[in-house]
Amino acid sequence: MIVNENCTIVSQKEIAANIYELILRGELSAEMKEPGQFVHVKVADGHDPLLRRPISIANINHEKKEFTLIYRQEGRGTTLLSTKKESETVDILGPLGHGFPIEETEPGETALLVGGGIGVPPLYELSQQLVSRGVKVIHVLGFQTKEAVFYEDKFMELGQTFVTTVDGTYGTKGFVTDVMKDLSFDTIYSCGPKAMLKAVEANYAADKKVYLSLEERMGCGIGACFACVCHTADDPTGFSYKKVCTDGPVFRAGEVVL
Amino acid sequence: MNRLEINLPGLHLKNPVMPASGCFGFGREFGSLYNLSDLGAIMIKATTVEPRFGNPTPRVAETSAGMLNAIGLQNPGLEKVLNEELPWLAQYDVPIIANVAGSTEEDYVEVAKRISTAPNVHALELNISCPNVKTGGIAFGTIPEVAKSLTKKVKEVSEVPVYVKLSPNVTNIVEMAKAVEDGGADGLTMINTLLGMRLDLKTGNPILANKTGGLSGPGIKPVAIRMIYEVSQQVSIPIIGMGGIERAEDVIEFFYAGASAVAVGTANFVDPFACPKIIKDLPELLEQLGFDHISECTGRSWK
Ligand SMILES: Cc1cc2nc3c(=O)[nH]c(=O)nc-3n(C[C@H](O)[C@H](O)[C@H](O)COP(=O)(O)OP(=O)(O)OC[C@H]3O[C@@H](n4cnc5c(N)ncnc54)[C@H](O)[C@@H]3O)c2cc1C
Ligand SMILES: Cc1cc2nc3c(=O)[nH]c(=O)nc-3n(C[C@H](O)[C@H](O)[C@H](O)COP(=O)(O)O)c2cc1C
Ligand code: FES
Repeated sequence: MIVNENCTIVSQKEIAANIYELILRGELSAEMKEPGQFVHVKVADGHDPLLRRPISIANINHEKKEFTLIYRQEGRGTTLLSTKKESETVDILGPLGHGFPIEETEPGETALLVGGGIGVPPLYELSQQLVSRGVKVIHVLGFQTKEAVFYEDKFMELGQTFVTTVDGTYGTKGFVTDVMKDLSFDTIYSCGPKAMLKAVEANYAADKKVYLSLEERMGCGIGACFACVCHTADDPTGFSYKKVCTDGPVFRAGEVVL
Repeated sequence: MNRLEINLPGLHLKNPVMPASGCFGFGREFGSLYNLSDLGAIMIKATTVEPRFGNPTPRVAETSAGMLNAIGLQNPGLEKVLNEELPWLAQYDVPIIANVAGSTEEDYVEVAKRISTAPNVHALELNISCPNVKTGGIAFGTIPEVAKSLTKKVKEVSEVPVYVKLSPNVTNIVEMAKAVEDGGADGLTMINTLLGMRLDLKTGNPILANKTGGLSGPGIKPVAIRMIYEVSQQVSIPIIGMGGIERAEDVIEFFYAGASAVAVGTANFVDPFACPKIIKDLPELLEQLGFDHISECTGRSWK
């Protein structure tokens, strides 16, 4: 069920250059189940900014009724969000959308989790849920540069973790795909920039189960405004469509046009 | 005492608050959040003869106190709306106002004729004001004679009263309103979105793939109030007002300007419970202001 609630900030800290980890407490955490779902955040009261911001759920702690958002301070909305302090509240609508299907990887099989930049956060909750299911996980996390890297140690606790940076200042120099080609696995779950998702789809969708989480500009976030639609792959110029906010944000590779 | 119940051509409304077209889909999403029977009415997404995919994305861009949209009238087409969406909505005790769009007179007439026969469609809203489609649409909304002729043709075939949705993108809104009244319109709905544009700071390119889009939200409220104020004193048909409504106070302001009911658009995106909250708050606000019934507010600003 979708709930609207003023959630209390448990903590907020900058964990990498312009990357913030925000832990919130609220009853709506009870509704959060699938990894890869997101919440719609009203970063300030009033009219500026007016619209909510979609941010993925990075971690769910049902016992403490807490959940974590990890976001990059980008424009006006996320900048305002980053100034919020402990014990203040944030207006959250969620959980929204359909996340990653963990049941597509059987216990004992290996899942490859591929994240790029600010696409990394939802993979953290995903990885934990896969591990509790008995799935072996391997992470390949791509960042621009050393200062942007976050959560490497947390991912390492769950499984083998490779980090790439575009400028080579940390981990392997290059893109996630450079590391992926030497690994063996059964399924891929990926979230990140469109170019990365396209490369993953092009190289692996033919013979592996691949699930991709997409981003699109949103109005409502609940399926009513038709802001976030994409064409389906079997009808790329026709009328059939999927909404990223409700049918996604996670799709099986080959389901929609990237 | 029910302070909110009102009657308009074709519409017996429990209260004068309804979601605006295009901001509520066909109700399904909000139906899982609250009981749609609590609404005064529902204005459903624009329907065209054939299905439409609409414009490429990005389709929305934020502005100060508002948003631009260029959805491009995406909808599943008349057949699907008649066979799937309207029957689904029939489970609720709420009148539907069907928003009708097209690119030729024939298109409008075809949709109007068939959709007006659906049992839960109690009125039509002729969308002659969508700024986001290349052909038709906007010409119908900016040239008085064209608007009048279209209204007449639709009136001839419609089984239910016809409201015409006016575009604010004109120099003389009163002239447009009078033209459609002459054409036989039973009511007006206003305003649709204002044509606008935003550019990306880094690239200099338009943010919307369609380049331009329709501005909605709290920022356009003063424009809507002014236009309703001007038009309501020059026509004798009722007005359903919209443009930036977020709370009960806004509703009263629209009534003061001359509206007889209101629709809520963009606010549904910010707070999906906006409509039921407004409906809940209205009686107490009326009480505070000393009104027995909301209809007493209509046109208080006139003279
Ligand atoms: C399903 C989903 C999950 C996301 N998860 C995360 C996450 O976990 N962490 C994170 O840092 N970011 C995430 N994003 C991207 C995040 O929504 C944007 O970075 C954020 O909206 C930017 O807001 P702003 O006010 O800082 O930027 P501005 O540029 O000022 O925003 C202006 C408008 O554009 C929209 N917008 C700008 N960039 C994006 C974008 N990339 N995607 C969608 N809308 C955008 C904003 O929502 C706003 O309406 C996610 C996006 C989606 C669609
Ligand atoms: C995303 C979006 C889609 C819309 N689609 C339609 C539409 O299909 N038909 C129509 O007549 N108006 C449409 N409108 C206009 C609204 O119904 C309304 O007239 C306008 O947004 C002003 O009200 P608001 O400020 O409360 O949003 C749309 C508006 C938005 C924001
Ligand atoms: S954001 Fe409104 S339909 Fe997806």
